[in-house]
Amino acid sequence: MIYNIPYIAVMLLILVGLYAVIAKRNIIKIIMGISIIESGVNLFLVALGYREGGLAPIFTNLPEKTQIPGQLVLPVPQALTLTSIVIGVAVLALMLALAVQIYKHYKTLDVRSVRRLKE
Amino acid sequence: MSFDVISHSPALLIAIPLFGAFFTPVISRLHAKVRDGFVIVVIALTEILAIFLAQDIYTNGIRKYVFGASLPSLTRPDTISIPVRIIFEVDGMSIFMVLISLTIALVAAIYSTSFFKKEDGLDRYYTLLLLLTVGMLGMELTGDLFNFFVFLEITSISSTALIAFWIDRGESLEAALKYIIISSLGALFVLMAIGFLYGQYDALNIAALANSIQFTFIDKIALVLLLAALAMKAGIAPMHMWLPDAYGEAPPSVTIAIVAATQASLYAVLRICFTLYGSVIGMSTIGWLLIGLGLLTIFVGVTMALIQKSLTRTIAYAAVGEIGYMIIGVGTALAASTETFASVALKGGIFHIFNDILDIGLLFLVAGAVIYATNERSLENLGGLARRMKYTTIFFLIGLLAVAGMPPMNGFASKILIYESTYQLNPIISIIAILSSILLLAIFVKIFYSLFLGPELPNLKDVKEVPTGMLIAMSILAIVIIIIGLFPGYFIQNLVEPAATALSNPSNYINAILGGA
Amino acid sequence: MNPFTPITTGSGFWNPLIWIIAFITALLLVYAIRLFGNKQYKKGSSQTKPFLSGNVAENNEQLHVKGVNVYWGFTEAFKGYYDKMKRIHTGDTRDYVLWFLIVMIGLFFIVLGVL
Repeated sequence: MIYNIPYIAVMLLILVGLYAVIAKRNIIKIIMGISIIESGVNLFLVALGYREGGLAPIFTNLPEKTQIPGQLVLPVPQALTLTSIVIGVAVLALMLALAVQIYKHYKTLDVRSVRRLKE
Repeated sequence: MSFDVISHSPALLIAIPLFGAFFTPVISRLHAKVRDGFVIVVIALTEILAIFLAQDIYTNGIRKYVFGASLPSLTRPDTISIPVRIIFEVDGMSIFMVLISLTIALVAAIYSTSFFKKEDGLDRYYTLLLLLTVGMLGMELTGDLFNFFVFLEITSISSTALIAFWIDRGESLEAALKYIIISSLGALFVLMAIGFLYGQYDALNIAALANSIQFTFIDKIALVLLLAALAMKAGIAPMHMWLPDAYGEAPPSVTIAIVAATQASLYAVLRICFTLYGSVIGMSTIGWLLIGLGLLTIFVGVTMALIQKSLTRTIAYAAVGEIGYMIIGVGTALAASTETFASVALKGGIFHIFNDILDIGLLFLVAGAVIYATNERSLENLGGLARRMKYTTIFFLIGLLAVAGMPPMNGFASKILIYESTYQLNPIISIIAILSSILLLAIFVKIFYSLFLGPELPNLKDVKEVPTGMLIAMSILAIVIIIIGLFPGYFIQNLVEPAATALSNPSNYINAILGGA
Repeated sequence: MNPFTPITTGSGFWNPLIWIIAFITALLLVYAIRLFGNKQYKKGSSQTKPFLSGNVAENNEQLHVKGVNVYWGFTEAFKGYYDKMKRIHTGDTRDYVLWFLIVMIGLFFIVLGVL
């Protein structure tokens, strides 16, 4: 049961993030919601690779007579998570830059009044 | 030195535009025309390489490329029994989409050289255009799910920055913000589905996953996440609403590149339904689901296009409708996979991807020409342009006939395949598709009448024909449209049939990676 | 290889060569009918002005039907449908995400076989 806690946390994070995207009016809060969802997905990826009682997968740092790869934590999800974090930073920077430009234009950050493009 | 270009060509197809993108800001210090020429040369070089690779694939079969191995085709080194490293796998369907994307990128680059009058920041524009090309090519060439996610994000970041290119207009910023929010949300759900599949089978390679997939509960969850997110990126109703905003507010030379990126997401849907889940999927459920969504897309896209007031937004809604045609073709092929008309439907759907990009691309370029010449975007203030802009009128006429599916244009060649095959599945599908085609003709005849025919309006008295670069780009598309329309059998036999056979036989895809060395 | 190969669907075929021949024949017929016409007309008189049921239009702007108004009858007849559609397309970003979630939950029910 205790090993399921990361997955429950992932689900809670994604639900909180989706609530922030759907129900909040401020553009910055919507962007924060997307960042929360991204944290949830990254946590999911890292939690996939855990093996019970495993060691960090660095070959030169292992104690003697450890079984490779049985006693190591999986390294591939860690690489996927790093890539995903970097992509998330780039997307977040782009969204915030667009929010700054929208504020300069419309003098408001309310997503209900920044919708000239209707129907 | 034995450097076999063809065996390294999948990597070169990514490397050449990528290095071009990084060198563009440096080269643009010299002169603007040197930068334009450099970008066009880079994309043309990539296209020539893609044509050679296509010829090689049509004669020799699937080509794979392993990044970082001692040989490009060493998928399983030593005694390891699963494929390692990132593998690009190029089959008939991939190279078909690559050729489409590169043609559109070349036309967009030629058009951009004369579209922007005196804007600054054009070096960043060309860098982003080349990065968008890299993203599209990566999405279509890769055989690895996480690599696909990375290229998907590259495409959406470059597209967002290009949509917001005219930052003095508030509508462009709003469209770009909506696009990036929707796009990153979809990509995050794709990443979660990749995590599900990796946790289940310990593999990220599409061929390795397809070999060992069983349709358990978690696989079904992953399928739903992937399908929903990629369908949203492809513009399928009712998640299509970002598409008219993004297409209508971007500079028109960017819009055709983004149309090609949307079709790359549609290619991903096909790859998942046919290859990844090819052997275990419940064919008729997913098939009827796609047919239902496709009919809704056609209907919503075409009826909403009639009440728009802005020129580019109307064409964008028509693009939404055309995506529906591809989906009903593919859905029929899935739903009736044992009948004889299933292969016809698949060929129709795949051929329609190519034709639709050309037709909608030509219409967007004409809209760009009108915006360039008159600085007006709304249908209310335009009229009588045929007196001054003769070539533009002819190109719009060709695009109109092609989109509505009139013979002898290429739209008719793919639509007749779709009509005849969907009729045999259920006549109602075909009837809705034909009526929507007629409605598309009505929409574009309305635009043609109100834009080009009629008397000369006094505020548009000094409108001149657009410069040569834009005319060359539009004529390339028009000539390809007419050639495909006049010789459809040739193109179907040599371009579409290898793609359709590659999709319907997932075992070829799997054996290329797992079967041999 | 013959470039004019027809495309054969399961229930028919389409050969663009036949269409080209039919089109050229139609063009010749049109030209023949045009030769029967009257070549003389007076330019600039009321023979070349458009007929507007007796109304007089002073300048060119009044003659032109604007693009937004061309299909007025069609949009009036479907007013109920179009009003509903315009209310659905709000332009609000949060509604786009809601539609995505609704389709995803619907797909869950259909693929997982619960519904």
